[in-house]
Amino acid sequence: MKFKNTHKDHEVTDEKIYQSRRQLIKAGIIGGASVISGSSLALTLPKHKNNSKFVLDELTTEKDATTYNNFYEFGLSKSAPSKNADSMKTEPWTIQIGGLCEKQGKVDLEKLISNFQLEERVYRMRCVEAWSMVIPWMGFKLADLVKYCQPSNAAKYVYFETLYDPKQMPGQNGRSIPWPYREGLRMDEAMNELTLMTVGMYGKKLPNQNGAPLRLIVPWKYGFKGIKSIVKINFLDKQPINSWQAIAPQEYGFYANVNPKVDHPRWSQATERRITGGFSLFNSRIKTQMFNGYGDYVADMYKGMDLAKFY
Amino acid sequence: MFKYIKTLKTLVFLLCLVPLGSMIYDGFQQNLTADPIDELLHRTGIWSLRMLLFTLAMTPMKIIIKQAGFIRLRRMFGLFTFFYATLHLVIYAWLDLGLAWVHLWEDIVKRPYITVGMMAWLLMLPMAITSNRFMIRKMGKKWKRLHQSIYLVIALGCLHFIWLVKSDITEPLIYTGIGLTLLLIRIIHHFYGQRTVNQRKFQTR
Repeated sequence: MKFKNTHKDHEVTDEKIYQSRRQLIKAGIIGGASVISGSSLALTLPKHKNNSKFVLDELTTEKDATTYNNFYEFGLSKSAPSKNADSMKTEPWTIQIGGLCEKQGKVDLEKLISNFQLEERVYRMRCVEAWSMVIPWMGFKLADLVKYCQPSNAAKYVYFETLYDPKQMPGQNGRSIPWPYREGLRMDEAMNELTLMTVGMYGKKLPNQNGAPLRLIVPWKYGFKGIKSIVKINFLDKQPINSWQAIAPQEYGFYANVNPKVDHPRWSQATERRITGGFSLFNSRIKTQMFNGYGDYVADMYKGMDLAKFY
Repeated sequence: MFKYIKTLKTLVFLLCLVPLGSMIYDGFQQNLTADPIDELLHRTGIWSLRMLLFTLAMTPMKIIIKQAGFIRLRRMFGLFTFFYATLHLVIYAWLDLGLAWVHLWEDIVKRPYITVGMMAWLLMLPMAITSNRFMIRKMGKKWKRLHQSIYLVIALGCLHFIWLVKSDITEPLIYTGIGLTLLLIRIIHHFYGQRTVNQRKFQTR
């Protein structure tokens, strides 16, 4: 790995994971079988074997990551979601699974999660607006969920939808986006080991403004691929049109891989402003890495593709 | 109202400094969002645009309220427009880009919204320099022609705002609408309005 490893391992392991487990259990997120299978501490992954290789840079403070959000369902400004998202009710929460797969119909989120192993992972998140954060997420592999749904061979894409309910999401009364928010991944992208279905961050349940209770995290893609508050998962044979592509196809594509060489038509993607926390006024830009620095895990999937065309 | 023009001018001057003061205050309170540079860019930009609209509002105010004194506030608003625009540019080039000149040049050439923003600032520069009484007297008619480029500045400023917004352009369109309204009042007045005292004097002579 060529990552600059400035973040010390111990800063995000033992204590934090212990805390997070406790909180998730308290919150009832780790349900059923996994809790019964022994004392709660035994649930802790052995120092998260996957974890350390994803621990990279200085973490963004929790305050910044939870008060600076793009979630147009709760308003257009960065601060609006943290102020307005309380109006969303996340318990209980049902997910509608459908399309080209065996498992069909509605499933309770808590029950669904109990099928999977949760783990904490620290990922860089690069927004298409050229700022970035480093966030410890808690979740399970989308690959596990896909296997659980047993898609047919014809299924080539996974499609997601955010909740549509203007009463809970006042921003949906506006017309900034054709609601509900939609996203999709190619099957191999969905099966990639980095792709995380996320239920927590900073060792706690996801705050509403960050996409509670279930969101997608695809660390090598621009942040808008990380669809929030998911209520629908479909398996499709055709490439779906994701929301930002629908809004401005000349500016946002389906793939949205982080790529410093392919600029947004209106601004450069070569650099980014890393938001770490505290007051960082003299915080000039840093270079953006190809695939957000996760090329070793994902570059193979795009071999032979013209990434300037499939942006 | 304009009897106390000096007091009024001082008051307006201090009011125009409030946005700057609030930026400094919020800076010390660490209250400039998670991305302070972006926040400062937005605030200085929006205040420059607002000051520009105030500048352009003085003539319509004079027409509607029939108080010629408004014109005496115009220069101050104009200079505050330039002041906030300059802060905006400095924050962008210095804090954001870290004075990476190559990057700055690429932005100016490749990104239309930065191109027009830069053009607007460059057009304001000679206006700011010639805004003193000495230059006004020295330049005569040329002064008025030079300062008419303010209409180009407002057009470029609105375009700059519209082009940088990601999806919802309601806010920049509101500013554009206000700008157009102020322009419309001038046009209507020019063709249909009552003649001003000066023009009447000129006719009777």
